[in-house]
Amino acid sequence: MSEIDEALRNELQRQGVWVTSMQELYNWGRKNSIWPLQFGLACCAIEMIATAASRYDIARFGGEVFRPSPRQADLMIVAGTVTKKMAPQIVRLYNQMPDPKYVISMGACAISGGPFKQGYNVLKGIDRYIPVDVYIPGCPPRPEALLHAFMELQRKIDSQKLTGASRAEHLDPAEPSEFPVPSFGEHDLEPPANRDVFHPAKIERQS
Amino acid sequence: MTPNPYLFIVIFVGVALVFPLIPLALAWLWRRFFQPPKPGAQKNAIYECGVESIGEAQIQFRSQYYLYAIIFLIFDVEAIFLVPFAVAFTGLPVGAFVAILVFLLLLIEGLVWAWGKGCLNWAR
Ligand code: SF4
Repeated sequence: MSEIDEALRNELQRQGVWVTSMQELYNWGRKNSIWPLQFGLACCAIEMIATAASRYDIARFGGEVFRPSPRQADLMIVAGTVTKKMAPQIVRLYNQMPDPKYVISMGACAISGGPFKQGYNVLKGIDRYIPVDVYIPGCPPRPEALLHAFMELQRKIDSQKLTGASRAEHLDPAEPSEFPVPSFGEHDLEPPANRDVFHPAKIERQS
Repeated sequence: MTPNPYLFIVIFVGVALVFPLIPLALAWLWRRFFQPPKPGAQKNAIYECGVESIGEAQIQFRSQYYLYAIIFLIFDVEAIFLVPFAVAFTGLPVGAFVAILVFLLLLIEGLVWAWGKGCLNWAR
């Protein structure tokens, strides 16, 4: 399980011997077979479809198997505007995905509400309820941007540890796998944000 | 010595059993040593479209459609058979005549039954 010395690995590789560790093998397999959940919410989903189609071809990265069931998906691409009506369903779908699971927040809408931020029925960012791994800015982000986010996610998966205190969340029994589903309140979703998950950046204003 | 031709089937069945069992065993070992199971109420929910399920799945459907089927047979299918019967009536042998009478009798029986059941009354 321990890290392999790079110099030793190169030396061995020159002699035709490949060495690997369980962690590397595990992450290599995971990062090259990320199956996204097949659902789109708004205009960004069109770009997601384009990414999956032949011109941009997400299959090159092992992510072409869009699954219509959360039970078979590893990655949730939140592609589009999340309305408050839709938010509980998204959180529920996320809860139903088996561990390990990842979330890409695609586009200005999924990050913060985007152009519809002032709307009474628009959730101001899906990261209020579920943990997001990669954010892609843009309205809409181009397919290249989604590919970039995908590669970033692969890099993240590749660096996850199998053991130790800093191991991946899904290997830690103390980390939750389900997050509370908000319910419809009188004016807003109840609660308006999950404080355990949502850590908004502090705004510093120059006087 | 030629091997028993059924030997191939035995080998095939063996491979077919072992092939799926290996990944299952590996997954079990992985769960046992590395990945803690994290079940939950929503993760184990039956319905997987994001919406909560309502009510029970074991409900009874009312099987009233058979009445429509019977009345359809009497008034539509019977008419289709009656027209050629009426056209060819004078040239029919006795056997064919009796056969069509039996057919009519069966359908009239259905009509009497449906009448007695009150299905011909206009629902208000
Ligand atoms: S970020 Fe722009 S393109 Fe994407 S869903 Fe929102 S409005 Fe549409």
